[in-house]
Amino acid sequence: MLATASQRILGQSFQNIRPAVSVLRSYSSAAKQITVREALNSALDEEMSADPKVFLMGEEVGEYQGAYKITKGLLEKYGPERVLDTPITEAGFTGIGVGAAYYGLKPVVEFMTFNFSMQAIDHIINSAAKSNYMSAGQISVPIVFRGPNGAAAGVGAQHSQCYASWYASCPGLKVLSPYNSEDARGLLKAAIRDPDPVVFLENELLYGESFPVSDEVLDSSFCLPIGKAKIEREGRDVTITAFSKLVGYALKAAEILEKDGIYAEVINLRSIRPLDRSTINASVRKTNRLITVEEGFPQHGVGAEICASVVEESFAYLDAPVERIAGADVPMPYAANLERLAVPQIEDIVRAAKRACYRSVPLAATA
Amino acid sequence: MATAFSAPKFAAQPFTTISPTSQHKPLKIPTAASPFLGSTRKLLRLSSSSQLNLRRRSSGSVFAVSDVVKEKKPTPIPSLLITKEEGLELYEDMVLGRSFEDMCAQMYYRGKMFGFVHLYNGQEAVSTGFIKLLKQQDSVVSTYRDHVHALSKGVPARAVMSELFGKTTGCCRGQGGSMHMFSSEHNLIGGFAFIGEGIPVATGAAFTSKYKREVLKEADCDHVTLAFFGDGTCNNGQFFECLNMAALWKLPIVFVVENNLWAIGMSHLRATSDPQIYKKGPAFGMPGVHVDGMDVLKVREVAKEAIARARRGEGPTLVECETYRFRGHSLADPDELRDPTEKAHYAARDPITALKKYLIENNLSGEAELKAIDKKIDELLEDAVEFADESPLPPRSQLLENVFADPKGFGIGPDGRYRCEDPKFTQGTAHV
Repeated sequence: MLATASQRILGQSFQNIRPAVSVLRSYSSAAKQITVREALNSALDEEMSADPKVFLMGEEVGEYQGAYKITKGLLEKYGPERVLDTPITEAGFTGIGVGAAYYGLKPVVEFMTFNFSMQAIDHIINSAAKSNYMSAGQISVPIVFRGPNGAAAGVGAQHSQCYASWYASCPGLKVLSPYNSEDARGLLKAAIRDPDPVVFLENELLYGESFPVSDEVLDSSFCLPIGKAKIEREGRDVTITAFSKLVGYALKAAEILEKDGIYAEVINLRSIRPLDRSTINASVRKTNRLITVEEGFPQHGVGAEICASVVEESFAYLDAPVERIAGADVPMPYAANLERLAVPQIEDIVRAAKRACYRSVPLAATA
Repeated sequence: MATAFSAPKFAAQPFTTISPTSQHKPLKIPTAASPFLGSTRKLLRLSSSSQLNLRRRSSGSVFAVSDVVKEKKPTPIPSLLITKEEGLELYEDMVLGRSFEDMCAQMYYRGKMFGFVHLYNGQEAVSTGFIKLLKQQDSVVSTYRDHVHALSKGVPARAVMSELFGKTTGCCRGQGGSMHMFSSEHNLIGGFAFIGEGIPVATGAAFTSKYKREVLKEADCDHVTLAFFGDGTCNNGQFFECLNMAALWKLPIVFVVENNLWAIGMSHLRATSDPQIYKKGPAFGMPGVHVDGMDVLKVREVAKEAIARARRGEGPTLVECETYRFRGHSLADPDELRDPTEKAHYAARDPITALKKYLIENNLSGEAELKAIDKKIDELLEDAVEFADESPLPPRSQLLENVFADPKGFGIGPDGRYRCEDPKFTQGTAHV
């Protein structure tokens, strides 16, 4: 079963299957396509071979080849001392990772989903994030916590929460969330090389998606800076900020809006903490309208922080109230139609953009 | 290899301690009259404060010391547990710990120290007995009751006192406080306020030691980690998770339980289904040892074996030290729930008095020499307090320092450059 899965994954990249979106976005037929899964796997592989202090730990990362096959092949290559299958003890093994990081090793701790990180959140916040401060710089914690975050498909309330805003509110942590393969490779490499604790929020539904990457991205020294957002699409009428999977939705929404003459600027946040307020504010000063998009719960979310930042720094430039699009304020339901209603969809982003541009009458109680 | 620590042996004999005799010392302490015969029996009897029990218990402890003395007088040197230098080192360390904590209480009531302060009076034998056997590269991971662990590990009293006063010359520049003492030079990882938080971190430190030896091929890396924690922690999930993983991966760690019978106001007997903590070791495949934590020599013997075991790569050990804290849980604790007879009983087993008696009765030292050490410690502490008093408070710019090792983590400012590159950044407020 594992063998056929690997053939399928390899088959995809060799046959250059291109999803509809990327046809528009590929600039030359020579551009290589890799899935986010391959991007993460290659980033881990390269960082582990470059630095023997990097090691992986988590449930099923070794013999099972990774619960989502992100760590495929790494056990065979690096051995069981560097790819550790742990027992089901999030608090315990996260603490062990932090202790190892105190002493100069560079653990990459995988949570099967970030929902399970709640069992270890004491160590992420209290032992990792705060230690450099409490020890006045004596002890730095070069650890990476990674895993899928946010909603998947039909997995229910306890497996679907987005943790971006929880972790991003804590000083001492860096929180990253990639969208495409380039982001995945660049940000994971930057995270592993970073001397501070990094929470790396992936998305399960993006693992299988292919994106074109340039040769520069495939180079083993490729790294993206932490704290800089990327303007995925330039525009002049409205700014849409998003991270992770919803960047894809925002881009599709931007195409739909273009037909109506609204040119949206889409910002891929990449880094939730530190938030690139400078890029966001510069964009809002250009377009004068802002929509924040996220999958998590609305109260105290990432969008709330972006809205506050824009109101503080660019209030005079706003021509319309900031629109926040977030997941519904309910635990994630199981039924497929209800789940669809509980997460933002492309139509919600389009509607919000039109509201911000005063092109439609706002409806009550919509996202 | 039948060492004293083989697990089955302990499962079969729950009521005796490891005798310091082991296989290589001729001195015999008759097990029938061992003072810690059934320490659990003592625990169960605490609820009935009968005079008879009290006398039996206290005579039991005196019996141990005088028994040792009786054996020793005819054949002086070879059967002693320590040399004179070691004895004086242990005495000085325990007196330093005790006097430091007493000074902390004084300073707290004078308003120079604030917040949560948890004192270690009465438990010095555990800290001294274990930590004085370590090398500088070995690590100690502790809890919020960490002042004396820091001192035993070698952090200067001045640095600890300044840290408690919240001054910039403290070991953590005033940013950690009483509960978060860290020193990378002395390999002391504080300093965790959460119960059980330090145990996985200690396991990680032990993991690093093994990783360095096996993966990074630093052949002589045999660093051992000691994790200190209390009886209340032994009911916490993380404790069991780490017993499992440490035994599974044979990590060089010693889990030291400072069982002082009380978790703030919760008696260990009220909180635990099976109060004999050392029995939980063999359940996970490691030896579990119980030792009298009020006797530094006994603790030291057990510690020697446990640390040597870890260094040889044989894996972890769980050591339960029966000890007692003379003061309340913290300086804010009125300490109303503990029975005065229980306190008196343990006060009679003060580890410092016991060691002093041992040194004098075995002609290892004299009153004058010990008094000189007391005086030296007093002067050291006066100096530490003076140093801390005169040290400056942290400057305003220190507020934003050390949040990240790579301060680019503060992000990009409105001018498009990283905030940390602005030379005036740390002069600002915390609003970033």
